[in-house]
Amino acid sequence: MSPDLPKLIFGRLTLESLPLHEPIVVGTFVVVALGGAALLGGLTYFRLWGYLWREWFTTVDHKRIGIMYMILGIVMLLRGFADALMMRGQQMLAFGGSEGYLNAHHYDQIFTAHGVIMIFFVAMPLVTGLMNYVVPLQIGARDVSFPFLNNFSFWMTVGGAVLVMASLFIGEFARTGWLAYPPLSNIGYSPDVGVDYYIWALQIAGVGTTLSGINLICTIVKLRCPGMTMMKMPVFTWTSLCTNVLIVASFPVLTVVLALLSLDRYVGTNFFTNDFGGSPMMYVNLIWIWGHPEVYILVLPAFGIFSEVTSTFSGKRLFGYTSMVYATVVITILSYLVWLHHFFTMGSGASVNSFFGITTMIISIPTGAKMFNWLFTMYRGRIRYELPMMWTVAFMLTFVIGGMTGVLLAVPPADFVLHNSLFLIAHFHNVIIGGVVFGAFAGINYWFPKAFGFKLDPFWGKMSFWFWVTGFYLAFMPLYVLGLMGVTRRLRVFDDPSLQIWFVIAAVGALFIFIGILSMLMQFAVSLLRREQLKDVTGDPWDGRTLEWATSSPPPDYNFAFTPVVHDNDAWWDMKRRGYQRPLTGFKPIHMPSSTGTGIIIAGLATAMGFALVWYMWWLAAVSFIAMVAVGIGHTFNYHRDFDIPAEDVIRTEDARTKLLAGVN
Amino acid sequence: MTVAVHPSQTGEPVFYLADEHPHPEGWSTSLGFWIYLMSDCLIFAILFATYGVLGGNYAAGPAPKDLFDLNLVAVNTSMLLLSSITYGFAMLTMQQNKVAQTQAWLAITGLFGLAFIGIELFEFAHMIHEGATPQRSAFLSAFFTLVGTHGLHVSCGLIWLVTLMVQVRKFGLIEANRRRLMCLSMFWHFLDVVWIGVFTFVYLLGVLR
Amino acid sequence: MSTDTNAAHAHGHHHGDGHAHGTFSSYMLGFVLSVVLTAIPFWLVMSGTLPSKQITALVIMAFAIVQIVVHMIYFLHMNAASENGWTLMALIFTIVMVVIALSGSLWVMSHLNSNMMPMHQMSGMK
Repeated sequence: MSPDLPKLIFGRLTLESLPLHEPIVVGTFVVVALGGAALLGGLTYFRLWGYLWREWFTTVDHKRIGIMYMILGIVMLLRGFADALMMRGQQMLAFGGSEGYLNAHHYDQIFTAHGVIMIFFVAMPLVTGLMNYVVPLQIGARDVSFPFLNNFSFWMTVGGAVLVMASLFIGEFARTGWLAYPPLSNIGYSPDVGVDYYIWALQIAGVGTTLSGINLICTIVKLRCPGMTMMKMPVFTWTSLCTNVLIVASFPVLTVVLALLSLDRYVGTNFFTNDFGGSPMMYVNLIWIWGHPEVYILVLPAFGIFSEVTSTFSGKRLFGYTSMVYATVVITILSYLVWLHHFFTMGSGASVNSFFGITTMIISIPTGAKMFNWLFTMYRGRIRYELPMMWTVAFMLTFVIGGMTGVLLAVPPADFVLHNSLFLIAHFHNVIIGGVVFGAFAGINYWFPKAFGFKLDPFWGKMSFWFWVTGFYLAFMPLYVLGLMGVTRRLRVFDDPSLQIWFVIAAVGALFIFIGILSMLMQFAVSLLRREQLKDVTGDPWDGRTLEWATSSPPPDYNFAFTPVVHDNDAWWDMKRRGYQRPLTGFKPIHMPSSTGTGIIIAGLATAMGFALVWYMWWLAAVSFIAMVAVGIGHTFNYHRDFDIPAEDVIRTEDARTKLLAGVN
Repeated sequence: MTVAVHPSQTGEPVFYLADEHPHPEGWSTSLGFWIYLMSDCLIFAILFATYGVLGGNYAAGPAPKDLFDLNLVAVNTSMLLLSSITYGFAMLTMQQNKVAQTQAWLAITGLFGLAFIGIELFEFAHMIHEGATPQRSAFLSAFFTLVGTHGLHVSCGLIWLVTLMVQVRKFGLIEANRRRLMCLSMFWHFLDVVWIGVFTFVYLLGVLR
Repeated sequence: MSTDTNAAHAHGHHHGDGHAHGTFSSYMLGFVLSVVLTAIPFWLVMSGTLPSKQITALVIMAFAIVQIVVHMIYFLHMNAASENGWTLMALIFTIVMVVIALSGSLWVMSHLNSNMMPMHQMSGMK
């Protein structure tokens, strides 16, 4: 055997690449391996693989894909939060000559992984999952425009997540911070596989995100039920539309930036190098053209959720629907005009900085308008403080603080003081946790009964709520203080002992959030056990206003036996008020898309290709690429992608619901 | 979808369609494909922006004047323009349901596309041979990436074209194939539009500089 | 929401909402126009007819824009009616985004370049 053979087969992957010298990683690996083996063994023992493959992995049903997105987001939340706990622990301990318990190599990977995972594999899947589940129901559609593409997009997102997780045990992750600025991320300074994992994980997930963006735009534009004009769409659908427009208009930018970075790393081009005319600043410029819209991609659907929740639980029509829609559209456009505020300090002149400072401040106007709309919706409403509403109120309080610190940071001279400080960290956690995460939790508590037919347990929900909210304030308010004192981000050890107390408080806050997360898992488990008591047979547990509450919980595969006709913004409310009678006869066969395994196969091959490219296993990269193209082309030879649900099945499903409803009344 | 948005004759509001027809197959396809093209357009926009910012950084290496042969670019441009009109003819014959002629025009389009790719590869090989490699300067990195990405798109278009020709041969000009030919037509003409940007901003303005 | 009259078209195939098809003459007209609009800029640059480079640059950019519009109309069959105007809306939005990204990047980067070049800084610090 020639000595080059292993290199030819495994590229630069050797036994030394396994982080066996990191006890923490090895310990994690043991736990994950045992847990994973138990899970796989259990699935095999109970013969669930066939069921999973047929009913879930290959499904094109937007509801199941939405649920899978949510599961992905919650699983990755555990990983991302474990990183957060480790950082908080390290920063709390590393005082007075102590090095803490994480070495620099490990710590740098942790803060990078935390950021990447939380944005791309927690926030994005949670938001996409909710949109996927709810939007077709809200517009009275049977599925999305391109159901196969939807399945494919989901598995590409999973592929990216798999690569990030693989980097934990095989090799390492990037040590560059979550946006991998060059020159640090160039091959000269990061010769290892970390940045390559970063690049391919994001590229693969990014394809999925872009395609699901196109898919949902088309769904909203083309599949609305009769009568639902643009200005009669539910607000969540509106914000979803704007979010997906932003996705389609901004993710290509990320794709290009990462492609150019990978060319620099793999081919030796000079886009972002320091030599031969390259400009690292161009990378920063380009990635924020994507990066700023990205935060609005995350928060707009959350705004939509809060709008639905506020109006439902106040028992009132949303105040200022039209202004809400226009505010959303204005935010969509403006979010493209502010990217430079992420690098005020990089050396632009006064004119550039003032322009972007002012556009940034202007964004707070439509956002503020939304805040007043929610308040006026609540005003004189009969407010029910159920869990979704509690999260909404917590959001309103928290987000306003985050927004105000944001406006503060938008002032270029102030930003010169606060740039890259913990003040900034506190600010964006304040808006992302307070906005996106609280929004996702409000959405989960709100739509869970729709998806599963029973409500979530309120006791554990409230535990989770209070620990999350107090934990958030404990964890991040000290960071504002530290930032104002000049502490910068991503530090591993500290000299000044007077800072320690703030880090201790922040770590306690992180523990509170930890309890909040555990309570949430507990909430799911308890609700599952108590599902009979928490059952909702009406399909409308909250006295809802929009179309998704018109169908059963969980909805049948075809969503609506008859396509609804809409006359009002709050279509379902209007139907209830005007004496809508659920049709009991006249059911017909329903045309639906068929399941296909092509999506998961291509995404699996893409993941293999990404892994191969990370490790320079060129043969595997080539093979999986060709296989991908072949499977893709092969799929286009399948012209029969639909089937009809027979009328008898529809009748059986609807009759069962009729009986159920009769039992209630 | 016999739309009954307004109350029916009896004055009772209508809340559902008792008699509906599903959306025809491919109801969303052309809009979806158009939106995909828009996202692709942004990919090119960012590559143009990169070229615009870095295109003057020669790093003491060759400049556009030393490298670009406008005669060659003109020939190449004509290949693409000709392939556009022949694709147009393919679409026209497709509407008249003439399978053989459609296939012939598609084949001719493919040959022009192939010629375009061939000339571009020749140009690249020539430049690399002269030492003007993508690694030489930021200008060349940006040039090769922008023009190469366009070439890559044309190559994907060629693979797609061949696939479609096989499918038309196998299944005829059925509705699904017509739809696919229309999407490819949009893709092909879109690449033309991008090329207008390339020859104007990269080649012509480059030589002027 | 438009009624689905198109689906009822007797042709047996359906073209989205009023999606336009070209005719032989429209394709030919587009082709001739695009050939002319391509040839003139090439000729202007290769022969150096115009007095200054700046004027040439502006003229060929104008030609490019016109040619893009020609291609959009005659080859891509853009019109305000297709897909109820959504294609045009998407196009306009994209153009706005492209303009923002392009001009913004050039503006920002030229500022960064002129401010952060070591030479300039030296002379500015005097």
